[in-house]
Amino acid sequence: MAKRSIPKGSLNRANFLTLAILLGPALILFTALVIVPVFEAAIFSFYKWNGFGPMVNFRGFQNYIQFFKDAIVHKALLHNLIIAVVSLVVELPIAMLLAVIVCDPKFKGAVFFRTFFFLPYVLSEVITGVLWQFIYHPQYGLVRAIWGLFAPIETAPTLMGNTTTLLWAILVVIIWKYFGFHMTIYIAGLQDIPREQIEAATIDGASSWQTFISVTLPGMRTSIQLSVFFAIIGSFQLFDIVWAMGKGDPVNAGETIVTYMYKIGLQRFNIGYGGTIAVCIFLICLFFNVFYQKILVREDD
Amino acid sequence: MNIKGKLASLAIVLALVAPVMTFAAPTKVVEWWHIGTAANDKAMFQGFADAYMKLHSDVQINITVLENEAFKSKLTTVMQSGNPPDVFQTWGGGVLGEYAQAGLLRDISKETKDTAWGKSMAAGVWATYTVDGKIYAVPNDAGCITFWYNKDLLAKVGYKSFPTDWADFLTLVKKLKAAGITPISLAGNDKWPAMHMWSYIALRLGGASLFADTVSGKNKAGFNEATWVKAGTMLNELAALKPFQDGFLGATYNDEAALVGNGVAAMELMGQWAPNVQKDNSSSKAGLGDKLAAAPFPAIKGGKGKVTEVIGGGGGFALGKNASDAAVDFVKFLTNVENMTTWAKTSGILATTKGAEVGITDPNAKMVKALVDKCTFFQLYLDQAFPPAVGGAVNDAVQTILAGTATPTQACAAIQSAFVAK
Repeated sequence: MAKRSIPKGSLNRANFLTLAILLGPALILFTALVIVPVFEAAIFSFYKWNGFGPMVNFRGFQNYIQFFKDAIVHKALLHNLIIAVVSLVVELPIAMLLAVIVCDPKFKGAVFFRTFFFLPYVLSEVITGVLWQFIYHPQYGLVRAIWGLFAPIETAPTLMGNTTTLLWAILVVIIWKYFGFHMTIYIAGLQDIPREQIEAATIDGASSWQTFISVTLPGMRTSIQLSVFFAIIGSFQLFDIVWAMGKGDPVNAGETIVTYMYKIGLQRFNIGYGGTIAVCIFLICLFFNVFYQKILVREDD
Repeated sequence: MNIKGKLASLAIVLALVAPVMTFAAPTKVVEWWHIGTAANDKAMFQGFADAYMKLHSDVQINITVLENEAFKSKLTTVMQSGNPPDVFQTWGGGVLGEYAQAGLLRDISKETKDTAWGKSMAAGVWATYTVDGKIYAVPNDAGCITFWYNKDLLAKVGYKSFPTDWADFLTLVKKLKAAGITPISLAGNDKWPAMHMWSYIALRLGGASLFADTVSGKNKAGFNEATWVKAGTMLNELAALKPFQDGFLGATYNDEAALVGNGVAAMELMGQWAPNVQKDNSSSKAGLGDKLAAAPFPAIKGGKGKVTEVIGGGGGFALGKNASDAAVDFVKFLTNVENMTTWAKTSGILATTKGAEVGITDPNAKMVKALVDKCTFFQLYLDQAFPPAVGGAVNDAVQTILAGTATPTQACAAIQSAFVAK
């Protein structure tokens, strides 16, 4: 059919076919399931709409004004921020420490511990949530049982039924679940550092701390950038674990921005405002992504 | 073929296939979604469908069995795509109202209003499934919220029967507490069980007129009305006695049922399904058996409400907008006396069809059924009566009262603002 000649140097017919076969399915799926919904969400974020029937109630920027005024949005975003910060200052250093330990050639049982520390990451998020609900259970939980060994059992904390402790209880689970993932990234990074460099530093009389600061850390720059990126984006997209552990309640004490979006949009049939929240999450992640790529990742090229 | 040509042919193929995929079903196929996941329910519903297909060889009934929560999310999705199943589970009220207003349901007023089918049930049970004067679903189960209590635990503190007066109820709570028994099991995280506690106090304080006038908008103050606030204050007074299990704000309904079913907590405030759920969640899988009894919410001295006024609800089957006459006829078949009797025997529902009550054998179920049959006012669960946005706000507000993060006045104001915004 198509007799149109393709100019030399650009795609030839065979190349085009290969590209179409390899990229086509992914491109179609990505467009249908990601690009189109993003634009759809952007459209209905300007409406008051329950998701059924035609959109007729145009609200302009009302939903966006509501988003900026909504006290639960503020609370949820603060929680996301706390989760991101705690991931960075607690989870990643733990992961780094463990990675250095299991990569030490003198350490016996490295393979076992690598697998062992990675295990929580293999569990699905929902299973993790359910599992920890048992651990925290106010009547039959493990935490209560252990508390009972050292103090009167009636004084045991009810971590998930308390608005001040819920978020911290969830944070413990997040760290437990994801440190192994970050550790694995760091192990890969450590293995890229030539052993001679470390040996040379040791011969020069550097202490192991000095070697770590001056040789290991700079050598792991890319791995750290990657894991920081995953930790922050992961914090802002956090949903499953929180949902499985009490849906962010009581009184939004563990609410994240995504659980709030789900409640508003899909449980309360307020698709319009839910769309607004989705668009704002998208913009926050996009802004962070661009900022991170431009400022932090680029400068070491 | 250039890329445009390829895209065009792809579009043509899709355009040819799409309608076939969506509308290939002949009129006599009935898509039926139910939530009877228990083995006996599943077998019973399959039996009903088989029996109907035997009588009507031109009808094909396709059953989809879904777990409660999965059903809700899947139904929402197909509703948003504008393609509802023909026959599906509903609890009436605000959610059914949203579907009806979006034109997603088949109006069955013609088949049910003033017909033999309509009259086969008490007039009151249709109200929950009526939107703007039109009927969209057929009820099969109607019950109400009562206290479900452990007779042995009450006897331990000298109570042979359940208190009928609020002050006496508070005394019972104190005595149970003093005896080291958890008085009330409450699912604070699931919110709605706590909401029932607050709304029942309000009903006993303000009576039918408070609810009717607030819902209709005749009461201009709405939920800011002093009686609603006072109900919150009284809930706080109850909570101050620490009657609920440790960590109740994090508890789910299954946790709540387990504590009663295992004989740890003395009571819960729950609907007609309570005995079954207690059984399922108890460690013995047997529940309390004969030790379990039901009692109406106590009266409050000085309140306008009577004990014959109840808060309740139940279930029914709604008809999707594309439902054929065969689908309607099938629902009619499902709700005939014989099938409803079997149904009541098998699943313990409080059957709505007159004459099917012979299938109800459990004395507690009979008592709840009698409360509904003789009630002077019936209010659908407050969180179901309104669209989900308002119902959700009601549940949230009661949780903030119990968590102490809002005063009853602030909580009621939050409900009212959601109510006005709907």
